[in-house]
This record gives sequence, C-alpha cells and structure tokens, in this order.
Amino acid sequence: MKLDAKVPSGPLADKWTKHKFESKLVNPANKRKYSAIVVGSGLAGASAAASLAELGYEVSCFCFQDSPRRAHSISAQGGINAAKNYQNDGDSVYRLFYDTIKGGDFRSREANTYRLAEVSVNIIDQCVAQGVPFARDYGGLLDNRSFGGAQVSRTFYARGQTGQQLLLGAYSALSRQIGLGKVKMYNRAEMLDLVVVDGRTRGIVVRDLVSGKISSFAADAVLLATGGYGNVFYLSTNAKACNVTAIYRAYKRGALFANPCYMQIHPTCIPVTGDYQSKLTLMSESLRNDGRIWAPKKQGEDRAPGDIPENERDYFLERKYPSFGNLAPRDISSRSAQEVCNEGRGVGETKVGVYLDFADAINRLGKDVITERYGNLFDMYERITGEDPYTVPMRIYPASHYTMGGLWVDYNLESTIPGLFVLGEANFSDHGANRLGASALMQGLADGYFVIPYTLGDFYARSGQSGISTDHEAFKQTEREAVERQEKLLSINGKRTVDSFHREVGKIMWDNCGMSRNEAGLKKALETIPPIREEFWENVKVLGDNDEFNQSLEKAGRVADFLEFAEIMCHDALDREESCGAHFREEYQTEEGEAKRNDKKYTYVAAWEYNGVGKKPNLHKEELEFENVELATRSYK
Amino acid sequence: MNLTLYVWRQKNADDKGRMEKYPAKNISSHMSFLEMLDVVNEDLIEQGVEPIAFDHDCREGICGMCSLVVNGRPHGPEKATTICQLHMRHFSDGDVIYIEPWRAKAFPVIKDLVVDRSAIDRIMAAGGFVSINTGGVPDANAIPISKTDADTAMDAAACIGCGACVAACKNASGMLFVAAKVSQFAHLPQGKVEASQRVRAMIDQMDIEGFGNCTNFQECEAACPKEISIKFIAKMNREYLKSSMAPTKG
Repeated sequence: MKLDAKVPSGPLADKWTKHKFESKLVNPANKRKYSAIVVGSGLAGASAAASLAELGYEVSCFCFQDSPRRAHSISAQGGINAAKNYQNDGDSVYRLFYDTIKGGDFRSREANTYRLAEVSVNIIDQCVAQGVPFARDYGGLLDNRSFGGAQVSRTFYARGQTGQQLLLGAYSALSRQIGLGKVKMYNRAEMLDLVVVDGRTRGIVVRDLVSGKISSFAADAVLLATGGYGNVFYLSTNAKACNVTAIYRAYKRGALFANPCYMQIHPTCIPVTGDYQSKLTLMSESLRNDGRIWAPKKQGEDRAPGDIPENERDYFLERKYPSFGNLAPRDISSRSAQEVCNEGRGVGETKVGVYLDFADAINRLGKDVITERYGNLFDMYERITGEDPYTVPMRIYPASHYTMGGLWVDYNLESTIPGLFVLGEANFSDHGANRLGASALMQGLADGYFVIPYTLGDFYARSGQSGISTDHEAFKQTEREAVERQEKLLSINGKRTVDSFHREVGKIMWDNCGMSRNEAGLKKALETIPPIREEFWENVKVLGDNDEFNQSLEKAGRVADFLEFAEIMCHDALDREESCGAHFREEYQTEEGEAKRNDKKYTYVAAWEYNGVGKKPNLHKEELEFENVELATRSYK
Repeated sequence: MNLTLYVWRQKNADDKGRMEKYPAKNISSHMSFLEMLDVVNEDLIEQGVEPIAFDHDCREGICGMCSLVVNGRPHGPEKATTICQLHMRHFSDGDVIYIEPWRAKAFPVIKDLVVDRSAIDRIMAAGGFVSINTGGVPDANAIPISKTDADTAMDAAACIGCGACVAACKNASGMLFVAAKVSQFAHLPQGKVEASQRVRAMIDQMDIEGFGNCTNFQECEAACPKEISIKFIAKMNREYLKSSMAPTKG
C-alpha cells in the first residue's frame, strides 16, 4: 500500500492557504444533503460537530458518557499554546512550529505541524468569542504562562482548568446546534464497529448503553474523535472509560494504525500507593514553572524532606539540563525521575517518587501568588494524599498520559479508508514521537474548528453521497457480529473479573513497553500477552444481560480490544530500533543516557495494517521529508 | 478497616428499588471512596452478584460524572470535594455508610446509583451559549475585560454540571447550575449581547424539566464540590428581572 500524505506543494507557510483554495466546495444549498457521524464529544469531536452543523451539514454525534460535557478533554489542566506573541518575547508561528517539531524529536510531518501552529491563533480568538474565561492581567488583556519545551510564554490558561473551560466552550457551541436541531446527539452510546462497503466508510454500529440495543447509523462520512489509548496500561491519567475500541475496530476494518508505540509519560503525577489503585492523578506540568524537582543524594534516605539539608539534595533536572532546568520536556523529565528511583533515591512510602518543592517559590513570591496560580491543584493534591504541599514538598512520579500514535491520516485528516476521518488524540498526525505540554488542546480544537470543515467539504464535493442505507446487508452483518460478541462475553461465566485481566496486561505493558523498552522485554511481552487473551475468552466473568445498563459488559468489550491492541504496540516498539522522543529503547542511547535517534533508517511513520488477531501486522512506511528544518540532536542542556 | 455499606439497588427505571447491605472488608485509608466501591464490586462479581452500578469517569473531580449521596450528603462529608476525590481516611473502622443516587424528579434513576441527567444538557441547548459560529471572530485581545469580571466569570464557569446542587436541595432546584452559566456569560462582554434571551430560555427550560425553585436554604452551595456561590442565583434573578423589562422579545 502506498501511503500518500497528500501534502500540498509550495512553501511551507503557504501550503494551507493554497490547499484551502484548491479544496472543492459544497454549495450552501447542498450542504444539508451531506451527513456526518462524529464519534466522541471532546475538544475535537464537539468542535467538529458544532462547526460542521453551523456550515449546514447534517450531523449526528455520539458519546459514551451521560453528557458530551464529560469527555476526557475536560481534565486537561495547564493550558493551550498559541503563537500570538502577546508577550512580545519573540514567538511566531514558525517558532511554535519549530518547537513542536523539535519537541516531537523530528518524527512528525512538517506540513501538519506548521498548519497546527498557523491556526493556533484562531483558536484563542474563537474561544474568547465563545465566552471562555481565560486568565487576564490587570489591563484586561490575556495572560500567558510558559510550559515545558518552550522558551517563550505562549500558553493561555483558565486557572488549572483550561481543558474544562475549552471543552465547555465547544460543548456550548455544540449545545446550540443541538437546540437548533442541527446536531442529533446520542449520549450513553458506544460505537462498537465501523461499516465499510466497497472500500468506503458507510457508517457505524452503536450500542445504546442504557437499553443495550445495538443498531446502525449510516452517513456520508464518519469522524472518529475518540481520544487516546493510554489505558492499555490500566493505570494512567486517562479517565476510567477511555479506550481504544473505536479506532481499533476501524483498524480491523482496514485503517492503518500509525506509531502505536509513541506513548507519552507525564512526569508529574501522584505516585501509586497500592494494588487497589484505579487511576493516576496528574498534577499539571505548569507546576514545574515554580516548583523545583529534587531527590535526596543519598540512597535509602529516610529523613523527612524538611530535614534534608540543601547540600544533600539533588536538583537533578537543574543539574543535568541547566538551560531548561525544571521545564525540560516531558520524556526527559520522566526518564530522569525513573533513573533516580532506580538508583534507590526515590521518596515516599513506596520509594517510587521524587519531590516537587515549592518552598523557594513561596519565599520569593508569597503564598498568595502560589495560591492564585495553583490553588486548585494544591487542594487536589492534599485531598488525595492528605499532605499539605504548601509545607511539605509534593511527591510525584511519571505516568502514562497521552498517546501520540493513532490512526494514520493524510493532510486532510482522512484515514486509509475513504470517508473515515480521525481527529485529535485519536490520530497520529502532529506531535511526532513526543507532544509538548499545552499542545493537545491546541490540536483537538485545530482539527475540529479549523481543519475538518475545509477538508470534509472537499471530500463530499469529490466523492458525493454514500448512497448506502442501514438496510444494506453489510450493516446487518456487522450488527449481528456485534450482538454475537456481547453474547459471547456474557456466556463465558468464568472465574476472573474483567479488571483483573486489565490489570495483568497493563502491568506487562508498563514493565515492558512503558517508559523505556528493550528487545528482550518486548519479545517477552509478545509471548505473555496471547495466553492472557486466551484466558480472558475462557475465564472472564461478566454478569447481567446485554439488553440492560451493564457496566461490566462495556468494560469487557474494551478490555478485549486492549488485549489485542497491546501486541501491536509491542511490535511497533520492537521495529523501531532507535530512541526518539517518548520511545526510549535502552539499546540506543548516548553515553550520557540520552535518546539516540537513527535518522538514516527511522525517519518514517510506521503504519500497521491488520493481519488477524495475534498475527504480526504488516508494516507500511511513510517517509517523512524535512524540507524546512534541519534534523538536529535534541538538546535541552 | 472494615465497613458496612447500605447501597441503593434498583434494576432499572421501572423497578421499585431497595437498600441492600454489603460488607466492605480490608479497606485501606489511602483508597478513594470509588476505589473502595471497586473492591466491593470485585467481591460481588466473584460471588456471582451483579456489581453496583455507579457513574464515574475522570476520578479527579472535574468531569462531573460521579454522583453519590453518602450518608445523606451529595458527594459525602468533605467540603469542596467530589465523591471520586474523597479518600477513606475520612472514615473509621466499623463505620456504617449509606449510599444513594441523586434524588430529583428531573433526574430519574437508570440503575442502582446511576441517574439520567440529560435535563442539564437540554437547559444548555436552550440558551447556554454565545450565538457565534466558528470563524470571523475578532482578535482575542480586541476587547479588554477587567480582571475582576474575568475572575468572577471563571468562578461561575468552574461548575462541573454534576447536579449535586439539585440533589442537595429540598425543592430539587436547578438554580445554582443555571445561575452559574447565566452569570459566567453575563459578566463577559461577549455574553451580554443576548443576556436577556438567554436567562429567559434557560429558566423556561429548567421549569419544563421539573426542577423546583430556590427558597434560599443554601444547601446547594454547601454541597457544591466547586463551591459555586449562591450570589450567582441573586445575579441570575437580577438578569431575569432585567430581561422582563428589556424591549426585545425574549
């Protein structure tokens, strides 16, 4: 299969403008004749559904939560980047583009990344116009903060709840269209499969989570904005229900899955305390603006942090990366913390954690300033740990957070199945091997507000209507398969709970395909996962029925997909014999322990094609071309 | 620690429902309340009893999905804390805990502790927005907004739409939720343009959905995990009064 990214020709800065002009248009009177299904109602899904409905398309939107406002975008804390240069500190579209490419360790597509930086400025305008209450200074203008991996202040924020406010903005735009009857919203509805006929996407099969009824929906295009797959590790910062099912089902129907091994570890999460742990809570990276990260110099230190004198503390990020210090990118910060713990210098009861200390910032700025900047985060930390971070340093440790990998898409965000578009975290497109802080919100909204409205119109104009209704045999067949799968899960009636399988595979993935990987570990994981999957299908215990509200059954379907998907991640991590960004292969590092890329061999996007359960997928390569940036060794020293 | 739980079980909307007693054994004080329920559910599944259904998702206090009344209080005993963020260190060995769903006419029970809160979405669809389309908006700094107004708007916008205010209110009033949205927009120049239509539309929808009205008991503010102030209800009432005098048709 030849992967055509469809990147427009011409100078980088002109590509998007040129592409928009060359895109075909749908006449305003004809727009209502074209339909779109949007799966997911986070930043990408809600913004796309609202914007497409505003244009006049007939839109249906599906989310598995009880309301579109609950999507996991809501949890993003720190902020959203935009190249506004309001601070007069030298920012520009090109600089945001360059920082993103560099932060992604030169493994993303130049044209996509540039477009992201280009439309970032429109996002802020759009959100302010919607009534998003961004932080402002006393003159009434917008305030900015700086974030990891950048030397300018370009991050817009709404206290520590930026994701919430941006999502509520998109949700309000979506609500308006729902009220106007332009978007048909399906809450508590989960996509179980994709329907493809004659090589084109025709619709989806959905389970109503309240009644259990499985039914089909047809449309001229399907947009997946279903988020990331970080919950493959069981423990992650993702919401409990985040899952891979929608994109994995599309993969099984022929969409290629790109760079699945690129998974970001967030450096500042609250450490694990016990086996019962159900998720990991992230503390915004913005804390690293004022907090200093350190560990005791001595192994097995058991004094309280306040009793450890200054000269016995190791501020390891400041020591190793003097110019970026505590604001070093996420992958680098995470691995440094892991190294410290591996050396036996970890802190807390479990000794798996490092300190994030605000004492200096409180002395310098006063407690009030710190409260204003991070009050809600400090409160959250205290609620979870029972410790007061104003007086005792926070304990933090890295956790699975964001997945840069996702379904392969071209410049138009279209997957390898015509008519299937993928937006936001669910696609692979803009962040390369590592995403910079405050760029996830930017990408979700860029895709939904400013990219898809153009590229989808072009698709409709070129491809016409689908012309296949849910009466088609393919829909009936896919529905039957979905029902059979539910029945199968319910009929096993074994001895183990769904969660126990999820925990087991999650641990294998974290140990072998987590923050650092090696050949032996990955091969071991590939041997250990299939027997767990087999046991799942023989010994899982799912109670209740299909035709009712059944949370165990929902979970079982998602975990079954994780049990297949986990192998693809390992295959990808094994194939990529280099270290880049968040993908750290222990065999490929410099003498100082930094990631060592191999630009001769691995400047490709690895796009995997389904080849049957348990079989190694087929690899297709999209060679990345760098016409504008020079591939440099990433240095944050 | 070991606890005794009394949990509301209701098979579906048509079932009458009842309290069931379950033991919660070997609970660590580090667990969150929902992790405690996870442990109980794992035990129930192993015994062949259907697990307790409850809504939850982010488990970090922001998505607004979790919705339990614990010992008579929405989101439990801790101030400014969603139930997913409540940790078991606030309980003691031997405690008896009663767990119920949100109870309100506008929030019918779907199963066990899960309720249907789509009424909140319909109120939003009636007017909880600024009527602008994507694109063609002015530069974000074109209209300065005083820090006080921006901060007040943010105080209101912090609402997570969980519905605890409704569950806490003896009238099952949705006014704190509606007031938060109305006030957020009323404090911003972008929202002022259609302030009068908005407050009318949202309150009309609130009435249609079967929420009660405010009689100033302030239970909503006490239960709100985001500490949304009832001063916003006063603000909403002012906006409503103003709208009745507005020349434009509401």
